[in-house]
Amino acid sequence: MSIQGTDFAIAGGAVADVPAPVHAERSLASRRIVTAFGFWVFLLTDVVMFSAFFATYVVLENMTADGPRGVDVFNIPVVALETGYLLASSFTCGIASLGARARNNLMYYGGMVATFVLGAAFVLQEFSDFSGLVAQGAGPSRSAFLSGYFALVGCHGLHVTMGLLFLLTMIAQVFAKGYRPDILRRVLCFALFWHTLDIIWVGIFTVVYLLGVVR
Amino acid sequence: MSDRELGVPLHHGDIAPGDERADRTEIVHGIRGYLVGLGLSVLATVVAFLLPGTSLVWQPSIPAALIVLAIAQMGVHIVFFLHITTRPDSANNVMALAFGVFVVFVLIVGSVWIMTHLNQNMMPMERLMQMQR
Repeated sequence: MSIQGTDFAIAGGAVADVPAPVHAERSLASRRIVTAFGFWVFLLTDVVMFSAFFATYVVLENMTADGPRGVDVFNIPVVALETGYLLASSFTCGIASLGARARNNLMYYGGMVATFVLGAAFVLQEFSDFSGLVAQGAGPSRSAFLSGYFALVGCHGLHVTMGLLFLLTMIAQVFAKGYRPDILRRVLCFALFWHTLDIIWVGIFTVVYLLGVVR
Repeated sequence: MSDRELGVPLHHGDIAPGDERADRTEIVHGIRGYLVGLGLSVLATVVAFLLPGTSLVWQPSIPAALIVLAIAQMGVHIVFFLHITTRPDSANNVMALAFGVFVVFVLIVGSVWIMTHLNQNMMPMERLMQMQR
């Protein structure tokens, strides 16, 4: 990243022989800003995709085909445990981002490993929930409600699994290449991805689990 | 870090989503921010999980309360974890977020609205079955 803003301002001023527009320098952002903004827009489209799954679930929620309803199969203490894993992992992910910016190995690797452990605990717990549901005959093919449930919650679980692979890649890249600006941009994108998944989980535990038990 | 890359000072016009303006007290300040975020979101989560089982509040208000708590918690995550704030240098990030929220709102509210009306205006399933025989 060179000081493009300055070059541009000088060239513009020389050709037109008028003062360069004040905003010319400000209009060029660093690659860190451009990359993170692009990734943020991608994450928002991912959220839009999740909202389609949410809408599907809410529409299908009462179509249980005489099968189990949410209140019959949801185990709220287990959901609270899963929520705790994800909230704590968001915090440790924040510590890891601070460590990456400060080039502090203890904070970065410690935060990333803690995030991985918590995320893996979440995925394993969710997997055992799902296999328990399938074992008791409440699999995704039982009713439209359960299809919507497995599609929505399973899609989030897949995202967390992908996030864990992303996380391991970022540990390996920082380990092999150090805190280079391009690697730090990827660490920033990983943190954005992880925090966004946590926001989607807030929607899931409210709309699917808590509202499903209240009704 | 946010305003310096490869040691080159950059302008102060924008900020990357997820980044914070930082000074020398960066780490202490950053940890404090994440701790505040964690505390607020744990508070919202605990209240949300206690609500369905309690008889302390008026029962019909619980679904609305849960939705309000969820939106508040999402706001906490956006501000304290994603660092998307109302500062002028975060304006682009907020605009993208606002458009995303708008699309999400249209998708969910529109689907639920249309499907509820469809359900109400549709012939009951039993009669539909009888007509098909």
